Amino acid sequence: MSQSGAAAAQELPETFAEYLASQEKKSFLRFITCGSVDDGKSTLIGRLLYETKLIFEDQLAAVERDSKKHGTTGEEIDLALLVDGLEAERQQGITIDVAYRFFTTDRRKFIVADTPGHEQYTRNMATGASTADLAVLLIDARHGIQVQTKRHAFLVSLLGIRHVVLAVNKIDLVNFDRGRFDAIRRDFETFARSFDFDTMEAVPISARYGDNVVSRSDRTSWYTGPTLLEHLETIEVQHDLEHRPFRMPVQWVNRPNLDFRGFSGTIASGRLRAGDSVVVAGSGREAKVTKIVTMDGERDEAIASEAVTIVLDREIDVSRGDIFVPPDHRSEVADQFAAHVVWMAEEPLYPGRPYLLKIGTRSVTAQVTEIKHRIDVNTFDHLAAKELGLNEVGFCNLSLSEDIAFDPYEANRETGSFILIDRLTNATVGAGMVWFALRRATNIHWQALDVSKSSRAAMKGQKPAILWFTGLSGSGKSTIANLVEKRLNAQGRHTYILDGDNVRHGLNRDLGFTDADRVENIRRVAETAKLFVDAGLVVIVSFISPFRSERRMARDLVDEEEFMEVFIDTPIEVCRERDPKGLYKKADSGELKNFTGVDSPYEPP
Amino acid sequence: MAVDRGSHLKRLEDESIHIIREVAAEFRNPVMLYSIGKDSAVMLHLALKAFYPSKPPFPLMHIDTTWKFREMIEFRDKLAKDLGLDLIVHINEEGVRQGVNPFSHGSSYHTTVMKTDALKTALTKYGFDAAFGGARRDEEKSRAKERVFSFRTANHGWDPKNQRPELWHLYNCRVAKGESIRVFPLSNWTELDIWQYIMMENIDIVPLYYAAERPVVERDGTMIMVDDDRMPLRQGETPEMRMVRFRTLGCYPLTGAVESDATTLGEIVAEMLIARTSERQGRVIDHDESASMEKKKREGYF
Ligand SMILES: Nc1nc2c(ncn2[C@@H]2O[C@H](COP(=O)(O)OP(=O)(O)O)[C@@H](O)[C@H]2O)c(=O)[nH]1
Repeated sequence: MSQSGAAAAQELPETFAEYLASQEKKSFLRFITCGSVDDGKSTLIGRLLYETKLIFEDQLAAVERDSKKHGTTGEEIDLALLVDGLEAERQQGITIDVAYRFFTTDRRKFIVADTPGHEQYTRNMATGASTADLAVLLIDARHGIQVQTKRHAFLVSLLGIRHVVLAVNKIDLVNFDRGRFDAIRRDFETFARSFDFDTMEAVPISARYGDNVVSRSDRTSWYTGPTLLEHLETIEVQHDLEHRPFRMPVQWVNRPNLDFRGFSGTIASGRLRAGDSVVVAGSGREAKVTKIVTMDGERDEAIASEAVTIVLDREIDVSRGDIFVPPDHRSEVADQFAAHVVWMAEEPLYPGRPYLLKIGTRSVTAQVTEIKHRIDVNTFDHLAAKELGLNEVGFCNLSLSEDIAFDPYEANRETGSFILIDRLTNATVGAGMVWFALRRATNIHWQALDVSKSSRAAMKGQKPAILWFTGLSGSGKSTIANLVEKRLNAQGRHTYILDGDNVRHGLNRDLGFTDADRVENIRRVAETAKLFVDAGLVVIVSFISPFRSERRMARDLVDEEEFMEVFIDTPIEVCRERDPKGLYKKADSGELKNFTGVDSPYEPP
Repeated sequence: MAVDRGSHLKRLEDESIHIIREVAAEFRNPVMLYSIGKDSAVMLHLALKAFYPSKPPFPLMHIDTTWKFREMIEFRDKLAKDLGLDLIVHINEEGVRQGVNPFSHGSSYHTTVMKTDALKTALTKYGFDAAFGGARRDEEKSRAKERVFSFRTANHGWDPKNQRPELWHLYNCRVAKGESIRVFPLSNWTELDIWQYIMMENIDIVPLYYAAERPVVERDGTMIMVDDDRMPLRQGETPEMRMVRFRTLGCYPLTGAVESDATTLGEIVAEMLIARTSERQGRVIDHDESASMEKKKREGYF
């Protein structure tokens, strides 16, 4: 390990106190490495760990043994074996999105996000890049810039990384040729220009032999720039978060006793001094900060990324999910915005389907109202899309169940990022970056009407409700709905039936039978039923409505006791037997596509 | 003395506090698994900081295999009392009845029954929906892939095909009834970070981490401390007083000592910096069978 210029233990400083002092000043860099299979990513990370002495003898001995068994480097030790390859797990179907590795030098502590380099890459890269400040784009000097390199650069830029390094690896295999390196660098600079990165550095390296990784190589004497590690150690990425406007989402209300009421949270950006005025972004209520409390004592000032507890000079309504902002630099408050969404689930994203959206410490119900376009991550082309599949990126309009406070992602990665959660499986299905607010809540108010739902209902002497009939085609929904309405009418109730087939002739004439259209179909019907409930009616909805989440959305639109789901549970064999409209026959022969129960699923309640 | 603002330790501290608060705010019934070791000590210290001036709004739980070093148990009880924290000690009584021990049953069976199974039973018994653990990603290369929030099915299994992506600092805390999440707030800390932090923050740790004269025998290349008379000595084994300390703590018959003169934190850190072997080497259990970490994780071992 003698070649290591960075080894933490290489020379112990004079005194231990001196050493500790030097450790204390260490800064922090999180970066991501992107590369395709066999570009040498594992070898590079292994080398960084090895040369910064993060590897112990027992680990090294194990790798030496393994190198002989399955290494790719003959008699030499295969540094790639120091990091567990991510490809193997992937082949077993294990979802490995990112592995995090650590190394440290006298100047910095590093966290490397390592993502597998296969095709299905978007989700993993987005995950690794979301917390990184810099990206190392690794390429094989023999192959130059590839489609993947462009994809990596695009995703890195989408996730807000402002600094990139192009590591031109395997420079030994092109005879340390300067011309080759310069050509690659020029190529890169040309296509990356549009991303407008703050810094771009290209370094010729050999991960396998160590050239220009940690120590300068005399085999590339023409190269005058920094080694990869020198660059990583010195680059200034402390993006001006501290100098942005103050933001602090409230995580937890701290109330040990009646005399203390504090608000705990991590400062997302800016700085806060005791005595500053802050505003709760949503309500606009203002107060002065009297104390910034930590277990290590009260503080005069706290800055971005610090976890603190603040105390205000007066009682105002604050709870988890609220954001404190300065009175003169408030965040956006809106219930609609446009955002880039990276989709991470097998089951596609459908506009109109409700998801749970978590932004900062706040969770609300949200739906994508429109996919403006999908972005091809290889060509950056904008394509029309009705849904977003796994690993696809879309630019979407979202609508939320209530107002939230946020910033555009470009201005603040902490307050402009969100995840989407499936409400049935609780899986994290999407990640989003807010672009801009669409409808500023501050300008548009809900039109308050004098005659209310309850007064309309009272006039009719009934409790309005939705009876939602669901079941396969031919299960008998319409027949039963019809009988129920007759009975209700006989009792003097005011009713209305919304029937699947009928609505498709008018309101939903423009919709087909793809999954995306089915979701939209139900959304419109649910909204219509809601208006009828508001008018005081008993609404009978008779729709196949095959997906649980849409039925749930319909339920969520009205009060709990106003919605009754009725499952007409007729076995499919019986429905098929009846086949009143000859549809099963058509579906079986392939004449009719996406028919529920045949080639499109029905999810029973 | 507190860690310097702007330093990497402060960043780690802030990140961990954020994670701990998030769990307290979103879960119904969280618990902190407290193993008495140095990582647990740091985790607990961070929890105290996270909620100050309140106390952490969750109990601590120790899974006691009944084979821990005596000094660990003393330390645990005193700490809980001094801090006024709610401590649950859970023992697999069935295992005790059957007399399960690391000598006659082997380390792997002992650990499964007294630690892994015991933990699962305890989590179910109290209905915890989140459990903090002190594991770090740098401990072992397969752990590098572990998430901060690790999702567990209703029977506490770790399904590697069903883990949630983690982006930014946004953690998905939603679980269905019976399901739970293991949370690792120290994920991004390294062993060196832990020691430096203990030193800077003056955190109390079990004296076994410091070198002292202790009675040990050498067995299968590992130095084992004879902590009580339950340890059957083999032919030719006589406990010998040696200046030793421990880099990790667990069941005494399964924890190897290292020879050392480090009697202060400073000396421990200095020793670490020139250390030539990784911390896990002292754990007998890792050499056992072909038991990979991956397999253990799936079974519910940390
Ligand atoms: N000649 C040469 N071979 C390299 C270099 N870096 C990596 N390799 C080899 O390229 C192959 C793939 O490397 P690996 O690190 O496993 O790639 P990964 O799939 O990107 O992690 C291995 O056989 C490495 O030994 C290099 O700089 N020069």
